Order: sequence, then structure tokens, then C-alpha cells
Amino acid sequence: MAFKLASSPHLNTSAQTKSVMLKVMLCAVPGVLAQCYFFGWGAIIQLMLAIAVAMAAEAAVLTSRKRQVWPTLSDNSAALTGLLIGVAVPALAPWWITTIGAIFAIVVVKHLYGGLGNNIFNPAMSAYVMLLISFPLQMTTWVAPTGAALNDVSLLSSLQIIFQGASSQEILAYRAGFDGVSMATPLDAIKTSLSTGLTIDEALTLPSFSDGFGVGWAWINVAYLLGGLMMLKLKVIRWHISIGILGSLFVCAGVGYLLSPDTHTGPLLHLFSGATMLAAFFIATDPVTAATSPRGRLIFGALIGVLVYVIRSFGGYPDAFAFAVLLANLCAPFIDYYVKPRAYGHRSSH
Amino acid sequence: MSDYREIAWQGLWKNNPGLVQLLGLCPLLAVTATLTNAIGLGFATMLVLIGSNILVSLVRDYVPKEIRIPVFVMIIAALVTCVQLLINAYAYGLYLSLGIFLPLIVTNCVIIGRAEAFASRNNVAKAAFDGVMMGIGFTLVLMVLGACREILGQGTLFDGADLLLGDWAKGLTIHLWQVDTNFLLAMLPPGAFIAMGFLIAIKNVIDSKLAQRTMPANPEPAVTRARITKVS
Repeated sequence: MAFKLASSPHLNTSAQTKSVMLKVMLCAVPGVLAQCYFFGWGAIIQLMLAIAVAMAAEAAVLTSRKRQVWPTLSDNSAALTGLLIGVAVPALAPWWITTIGAIFAIVVVKHLYGGLGNNIFNPAMSAYVMLLISFPLQMTTWVAPTGAALNDVSLLSSLQIIFQGASSQEILAYRAGFDGVSMATPLDAIKTSLSTGLTIDEALTLPSFSDGFGVGWAWINVAYLLGGLMMLKLKVIRWHISIGILGSLFVCAGVGYLLSPDTHTGPLLHLFSGATMLAAFFIATDPVTAATSPRGRLIFGALIGVLVYVIRSFGGYPDAFAFAVLLANLCAPFIDYYVKPRAYGHRSSH
Repeated sequence: MSDYREIAWQGLWKNNPGLVQLLGLCPLLAVTATLTNAIGLGFATMLVLIGSNILVSLVRDYVPKEIRIPVFVMIIAALVTCVQLLINAYAYGLYLSLGIFLPLIVTNCVIIGRAEAFASRNNVAKAAFDGVMMGIGFTLVLMVLGACREILGQGTLFDGADLLLGDWAKGLTIHLWQVDTNFLLAMLPPGAFIAMGFLIAIKNVIDSKLAQRTMPANPEPAVTRARITKVS
């Protein structure tokens, strides 16, 4: 056993990868439950499938790299990657989408770079981006959320659609809102309405916003926010990255809204739609791929917030967290290089 | 004769322009979405490479050292123009699908690189042979990459072979499997980068296996002394 002597101050902590990852997964439970409520059984099926495939892929790669399988597999990091892919994929996407995503995340993004702790990109988000650019149709087909849907999906038919495929009519039926027109996600709805010349106020009268605030998605974001606050309380994550993201997104969206309220979404809608809370608390806070110092993390988070706002407002995609997180991952070593915390006992030269 | 064997080994494997020198990455990654395009571009590059190697080797004694690069570039540009016009005349479909990357062969670093590093220092026969071998090496990499991307992307091989060979070649297209949705990543540039990375990794694995086989498993540990008295 190696006896490592670190420099002072000495601090003992009981945090292990295993328990940290487990806590993150438990804190994601409210959000996952909300997603299951609004999008039906499909959400939980995707989750199970993604976790199972991610664990299997991890075990396979570890075996082929001649590493011990169980110690690494039981650190729950592969399961967490699987969970994040599972919640990011649309509830009724075909099974091979989730499978390809989970395998890509574990094999290419994580293990080709050397395994846990060595990957430069967030595995779950890289897999999501890969899926999004490869299969744009399947990755943007969300069913209408419960409370606004014309037809609810039963467990049996979800299984059937996911594993055997569905005709486009079936999918359309489950995408339909009360008026029979297929519903878009709130951010999609805004993007398409703006491109057809509607103003934000007019877009907000669409069925996607029938409860005044993005049906379903707002509650899912609230649930993830709750989970995020639990993680802060448990000290699983520090606040810097999350606050950096939410703060800069709020400021950017606020400025845009003040300048041109007809063509820019309000800041609250930005914060409570799409993947905002999920990404701010569960994805961007990945300690491996984020910046390391407190100040660096604030910059890292703020960068993500700005990128998300820019891509959401001016880019081609309705939501942008995956792209923003990957771009910020690229910048993390650069941020760390310039934002070095003062060494203990060392005085600055000025 | 061993000279020629060495040139072939360098061009096809050890110093392969695609996998080791990593020259000409731009066309390598941009046009290898299908096998047909890959073969077309590989062949065009090979023609230019052989021609430029021969011409550069012929004029190498008459070109002042200071202006050799502009002279080489003009020779290459002239050859690329010839090849481009030929393809335009005899394989118009391919000409369209290769697009800008055909005239861009002029900037392909493989060609100027071989002209400078090999053809300007060797006789005509060796330079021509080097052109052939480097060209084949480059074309092979293009073909493997094109085949992988085409199979993964749309499940076919030789799609659009009629662009290269004329109408009779339409039957050459092999449908390996039917896909409802194309795997776009394999057909887009990021997929090309990833596939290229895998190809280079495979080559490195083969190289290290070969090195292990030729090296003795356990070389006798040489006796080393803790302190050697310096003789001075």
C-alpha cells in the first residue's frame, strides 16, 4: 500500500467515487419521476436500457483492457453516465438509439481516453451530440406530455414502440395534444414560431404553453432543481458551476428580453425549459471534465450559460446544453491554466 | 533491387502518406463518404503524384535551389489541370461529386512533399516508382476509409459506381443491409476523423505486434555496474 504524504492542510474526507455517484443518482430521482409522470413508461424504459448497456459496455471494455472489472464497475460512474443518457433521449425513441449512445459514451468517449478521470469530454453529452447529429428525426420526436396529450401511452405499447418500432402514424398519435395537432417541446415551439414571423407573446398561446409555462417541462426542471439543491446540501457538488450557468443565462436572457421582448424569450422561461436545470446541476458539474478551482468553475459555468443563450437564440438547434457543455469542456484546461488559486502561504507579488 | 523494395515498403506501410505522414488530410476526410469517391480521388492523386515525381526528377539538375518550390508548384498545378480536364471529360458525374477537392489536389501536401523530399534527390526511375507506391498507399487508405464510412453510413458499397465507370456499373452497388435511417455521423466529417483515428490505432497495434515478434522476448539483461571508474 502506498503511503502518500500530501502537503498541508490535511483534510480527511469519506467521499469516495462510489458514494458520490450514488448520491448524484439518488438526487436525480425527483427529476426522473417527473419525467416518467409527463412522458410515461418510455422514460423509465430508456433509463433502464441505457444503464444496463452502459454497465455492460464498461464491463466489456474493462475485460478487454485486462483491468479488474468489479472494482471499477461498482464505482457507479458507468451507471450515472447511463442514467444521464437515459433521461436525455426522447421517451419513445427506438432501442438502438439508446444502445448506440451508451456504447459510444463508454467505449469511445470514456475508455479510449483512459477511463474514469482521464476523459476530456463529458461522456453522456458527447453521446447525446453524436445521436443528435446522426439521427435528428428520432432525437427530436418527443411525445406530448401528460396533461396535454390526446392519447396516453400504456406500458405495453411503450415497450412495443421502443423495441419493435412504430409506424409514423402511431408516433404522431402520441405526439398529438388535445387539439389533435402534434405538440412540440416548448423551445421547439418558440423556435418554429419565431421563424414563421410570430412574436413571443403569440407563441406563448400555442398548446405547448397551455398551462402558462411550457407544459410538463417546467415541472421537470423544478424537480431537477430540487435534486440539485439536495446535492448542494449533501455537499456532493459545489455551487460555483451551477450558479455560473444559471446566473449568466439569466443575465443574457434578461438583456435580450429587455432589448427586444417580441423576439427573445424571457429569462424565466429560459431557466425552466429544456435541459437547463438537469444540465446545470447534474451534467456540467462532472468533476472530471469541468474546471477545478472555484473561480475557474464560475468562469466555466458562465461560459456554458452564454453559449446556451447564444445557440438557443441565434443557432440552429432549439436547445444547446450538450454543445455548450462540450465546448466548455474544451476550454476547461485553458481556464485552469489562467485561473490558478493562490498556493497556501504564498503571497502575490503585487 | 532492395532499393525499390524499400521504396515500396515506405510508401505502402512504414511511411504511408495517409496513416503516418498524415498529409493530405483535407481530401482524405472530406471526400471519403463513399468508396466510389475515394477511389476516384485516390486515382486522380496518384496520377498527379507519378507525373509530378517524374517531371521534378527530370528537371532537378536545372532548377536553381532558391526557386525550386515555385517551379514544383507550377509543375503540379499544370498536371492537376490536366487531370481535372480529363475527369471532366470522361467521368462528369465523378467530377461533380468530387467538386472543389479535385482542383485542390494542387495543395495536397503529399505531392509537394514527395517532390521535395524524394523526387528532387533521386533519378527518374526511382522517383516514378516512389510516386506509384505513395499513390497506391494513399489510395488504399482512402478506400478503406471510404468503405468503412459507406457501410456504416448507408449500408452499401460502390454506391454511385456509375459516376466513375459509366452506366453499366450501376449493378455494382452492393446493398449489405437495408437501413431506414442513415447513420449520419459516419457520413459527416466528424465521423471521418473518428474512423481515421481508429485506422491509425489499428496500424499502431499491428506495428507493435510485429515489433514484438521480431524482438526477442526477454533480452539478456546487460551487466550494469553501479559505478564506473572514469578513465581519463
